[in-house]
Amino acid sequence: MTAVLLGITFVSSAVVGLVNMITVEPIAQAQQAAKEAALKEVLPEFDQTAKEDMLIDELTTTVYTASKEGEVSGYAVETLSKNGFGGEVRLMVGFTTDGKIYNINVLQQAETPGLGTKMTEEGNNLITSVKGFNPAEKKLVDGRLAVRKDGGDVDALTAATISSRAYVDAVNRAWAAYKNAAQGADLTAAMGATSADAVAANDTAKEPVAQEGEKNE
Amino acid sequence: MNKLKIVLNGIIRNNPTFVLVLGMCPTLGTTTSAANGMGMGLATMSVLIMSNFFISLIKNIVPDKVRIPAFIVVIASFVTVIQMLMQAFVPDLYATLGVFIPLIVVNCIILGRAEAFASKNSPFDSLLDGLGIGLGFTLSLTTIGSVREILGSGAIFGYSLGIADKMPLIFVLAPGAFMVLGYLMVLFNKFVKK
Amino acid sequence: MANKLIVAPAPHVQSDRSTALIMRDVVIALIPALAVSTYVFGVDVLFVTAVSVLACVLFEYLIQKFLVGGALTINNWSAVVTGVLLAFNLPASIPWWIVVIGALVSIGIAKMTFGGIGKNPFNPALVGRVFLLLAYPVQMTSFPTVEGCDALSGATMLAAVKQGAVGFDALGIQNLLIGTMPGSMGEVAALALLLGFVYLLWRKVITWHIPVTILGTMAVFAFLVALTRGGGALLWQMPLFHVLAGGALLGSIYMATDYSSSPMTVKGGVIFAFGIGVITMLIRLWGAYPEGMSFAILIMNSVVPLINKYVKPKRFGVK
Repeated sequence: MTAVLLGITFVSSAVVGLVNMITVEPIAQAQQAAKEAALKEVLPEFDQTAKEDMLIDELTTTVYTASKEGEVSGYAVETLSKNGFGGEVRLMVGFTTDGKIYNINVLQQAETPGLGTKMTEEGNNLITSVKGFNPAEKKLVDGRLAVRKDGGDVDALTAATISSRAYVDAVNRAWAAYKNAAQGADLTAAMGATSADAVAANDTAKEPVAQEGEKNE
Repeated sequence: MNKLKIVLNGIIRNNPTFVLVLGMCPTLGTTTSAANGMGMGLATMSVLIMSNFFISLIKNIVPDKVRIPAFIVVIASFVTVIQMLMQAFVPDLYATLGVFIPLIVVNCIILGRAEAFASKNSPFDSLLDGLGIGLGFTLSLTTIGSVREILGSGAIFGYSLGIADKMPLIFVLAPGAFMVLGYLMVLFNKFVKK
Repeated sequence: MANKLIVAPAPHVQSDRSTALIMRDVVIALIPALAVSTYVFGVDVLFVTAVSVLACVLFEYLIQKFLVGGALTINNWSAVVTGVLLAFNLPASIPWWIVVIGALVSIGIAKMTFGGIGKNPFNPALVGRVFLLLAYPVQMTSFPTVEGCDALSGATMLAAVKQGAVGFDALGIQNLLIGTMPGSMGEVAALALLLGFVYLLWRKVITWHIPVTILGTMAVFAFLVALTRGGGALLWQMPLFHVLAGGALLGSIYMATDYSSSPMTVKGGVIFAFGIGVITMLIRLWGAYPEGMSFAILIMNSVVPLINKYVKPKRFGVK
């Protein structure tokens, strides 16, 4: 019995190991290609990138400094927000050297189909509100971008307030990372008021965090 | 047994989704579009063919007491192989199917056929059974995925039919999955199975 | 022979009530609400209701004639009631083809698939309504604006309160009672719905237990939550608001009391109603949606077989 079991496990591990050897290269390549494609979508032309990780509000944000022929041409920030309706919302936000948002790519989201998933569509409310703008030029609340409901001037997605807020949260994080990488700004100052303050401001006189507020029944 | 009959049985009389009602978890979870359903079906079919064949080869040397753990090791190895191959060569499908690929290990169809067929029949017959059941699974997943995609997103295999705005989104969600599965099961048992 | 002896099997006591008459009473009870709704939202209300009723009757006829066979039951008015109730759960601005799809789901899936009248475990109008909510979220949550209620700009009172945009004082109790506020067609007119409730009680179509228990549970729940939020004016504002706003009245009087999907006994009905009240408040206060009544009723519908199993009616002559 032991011999048989040993035999089975030996052959199994050998086969898995063999396939692993064959696929480790293609897998790494595929992942690299996916990363490059994501970067290409949000940045102007570049031929090299330098990566830097930073911690903002306990969430890891990665900044890719892109350069063309030795000169910095833009910054791409892989950012995320945990406040999505269905979980994490991951974005890749591209900034040009003068601080304008070049483009945003949604890497991952689990929002409600037809409502929050519209953030991945071309020309949706959110992207048209921020693409081509330097966040500093927009109406800021406590130094950060906000949806209209919260006092800012970013148009939210119809009947998808939570998804919109998460998107904006992620963009804010990206902006802070950009300011840190590009201008050396202090991270806490870059995030505007600390999140603790923002949360306290939200809590007073309101029922617990409204989600998809306009839906009825 | 007639070789062709083994394969056909897997598709019609013993269709894993509509007759045996096995493998419901991936059926409901991955059929949001026709392409996803087909991809999942093909992945499962590959594992099924290989595991059925291999288990039938070793059926006489594996002691009865450790039958189940031995089968699971074999199945898990094949699933890992398929997973790595998918990650390397079809990364988009791999990302979409996500956690359902490793879940193939515990898919009742695989272990079920190993017990019911592979452990009692010749390797070649087991291979054919794996092919038949796998084809049946792929066909049913693709069908369910197509219906859900057409009704829910107004598209088929990714080609938009231009009516996306008017389609009931619920079919892309879990409740829609159950409803489509239920009604297709009715239709299959009434018209196809005879 | 002067007198013939009539020999017949039970039942020996018969009344002149039939399904059709009961259903017609329900329709009559809903007419005041329909009238108020038309006044508030306009002719669209009549159009949507007509489409809904016609579609429901048509689908029931077609399915019975061509799919399932058996005696035709469209003349027992149950499809009409489903049609009216479905319409009452929709915004007046809903496109007609969405109404038709809702009717198909209500009659086809929720009613006929389970065996037709008397056999549906879930309230058909609610199943149709929830299906539409998930299928067409944007159209189902766009309510026409109502003059005199500018504070809300298109959201319903429940949604506005949930987001904290509006305090209870600004809403105005008279709006809640009369119905001049945004919402689904049938849920806004509290007084009209209560009028219908009184009619149904008088005609003995329903008993008071289920609606009163639901509303009572909700009021007590709101009162307790108001206590934790500082009390004061909230103590009477919150319960009153939650009882009058949204689908609470429509759901508790007309939907939860559906014969086939509610428990067999009064005691079971009270348990059923208590569950609905609690779940509705939980969803309203802490859930993802501003209104929880439809989900609460459907959830408790699924618990009814369990309630029926443990709360059996007393049988005559058995100890």
